[in-house]
Amino acid sequence: MSFKNFLLRLAEIARFVARFFKEAFYPPYETKEILNQSFRFGNKSLFLITFTAFLAGIVFTKQSRPSLASFGAESWLPSLVSQAVVRSLGPLITGLICAGKLGSNIGAELGSMQVTEQIDAMEVSGTRPFAYLVVSRVMAAMLMLPLLVVYADIVALMGSYTMVYFINKSSFLLYFNEATASITYLDVFSSLIKSAFFGLSMGLIGCFAGYHSEKGTSGVGRAANTAVVVSMISIFVIDLISLQVTSLFR
Amino acid sequence: MMEATMTERETQQTDIDRSNRKKVVEIRDLHIAFGDRKVLDGVDLDLYEGENLVILGRSGSGKSVLIKCMVGLLRPDSGEIKVLGYDVKKLSAKDLNELRKQVGFSFQLSALYDSMTVRENLEFPIRRNLGIDQKEKLDEMVKKALEDVALGHTVDQKPVELSGGMKKRVGIARTLILQPKIMLYDEPTAGLDPVTSMELNQLIMEVRKMYKTSSIIITHDISCARQTADRIVALFDGKNKFEGTFDELKRNEAPELRSFFDYFNE
Repeated sequence: MSFKNFLLRLAEIARFVARFFKEAFYPPYETKEILNQSFRFGNKSLFLITFTAFLAGIVFTKQSRPSLASFGAESWLPSLVSQAVVRSLGPLITGLICAGKLGSNIGAELGSMQVTEQIDAMEVSGTRPFAYLVVSRVMAAMLMLPLLVVYADIVALMGSYTMVYFINKSSFLLYFNEATASITYLDVFSSLIKSAFFGLSMGLIGCFAGYHSEKGTSGVGRAANTAVVVSMISIFVIDLISLQVTSLFR
Repeated sequence: MMEATMTERETQQTDIDRSNRKKVVEIRDLHIAFGDRKVLDGVDLDLYEGENLVILGRSGSGKSVLIKCMVGLLRPDSGEIKVLGYDVKKLSAKDLNELRKQVGFSFQLSALYDSMTVRENLEFPIRRNLGIDQKEKLDEMVKKALEDVALGHTVDQKPVELSGGMKKRVGIARTLILQPKIMLYDEPTAGLDPVTSMELNQLIMEVRKMYKTSSIIITHDISCARQTADRIVALFDGKNKFEGTFDELKRNEAPELRSFFDYFNE
């Protein structure tokens, strides 16, 4: 890609993002389609998030316990796990699962609509396809990611407790008292805001890739692939920025 | 009988009386290029009220690009496009949407929304453009549009269950439901067998009669041109080089036209 093309691509992305904000905040609002997409997103990723978050909770607990035990700090295990899960593990797992599952879905769906001229057909019938297809999906991703993160946090802690129970039969109440005592409001809010940004970036990247998909089946494949790869990278970048910003408030 | 060449931009009068008809589309000196490739290189075109105008040309000659410019899907590099009195290049997004509601566009590959049923495909533009949500009213409009294209029985089917010809008809019904003033058909018979093509050509004629539309039909199918055209404009090398009725162009000895019409004669 030449430097000129790179700049043109950047301009195209900037225009796309600006159009999203313009159409998202001007009526008529796409409330019905946002709810519809939110249900689809939640429904599609719930099983995978449950499975991976539960396993992550087990694995993290199993790996952390020996290190803490060697310092005689085994009782700190619930607070270590809960902080790790709420601050980083939960949002990251959810973000990455959604980038893979929803990012590719959005990219491929809009990409195939683009190559079969379905988006053009909406455009020429004056039906505002950008609002219907893009705004609704991005808003749904922004709404659902924080909810899914909260869910993933709870499931991961359940996984962790399951591991702890098998090792030393601690009570559920004791574990959760210890786990929640060390979580601050800042942890929770920063995690929710961060995950809303994950949803925003994932939605925008998926929609941009699909909406600007090249013609042909390979174009659709590339759109889905770009949506996943760039979304995943963006999740790590946002995570890093969020860490820097949050540390200013600690 | 006169020759119908337009090498010096002289449009010759065909046997259709257009003197008293209003122009619904006016295109002047239209240019568009993709990279170094000039696709349209100074096209002039008029469409008159109630007329069926066929734009004939080989694949890649810029026919589809021309009608996409008319509805603002592509932006020309220079030139003027007026559709129903609106200057397309100068329209705001809102006004462009208003214009688009009055122009029906039938796509080459039908472009039906494959996640929706036929009913939902037809309801979609009504709900979004006219804000109609009452089931009875929607049912009535959908039923009428589908009956007009003789496909009333497909209402609950998905596009994947329809044949190519049926998809094209549903695509046309979806545009007719908004009662357009102008219809743009992009290769309506491409990929269809001769019988289905003939039926579709008849449908184009019926649509004009029922909905009082003016139409532009993009095609490289001579049978389609013969059946549907009041007037034909032939597009070669990005220019509208020839214009006339079907018979006038058929008699023309220009090599570009012969390649079309000789094949048809065979």
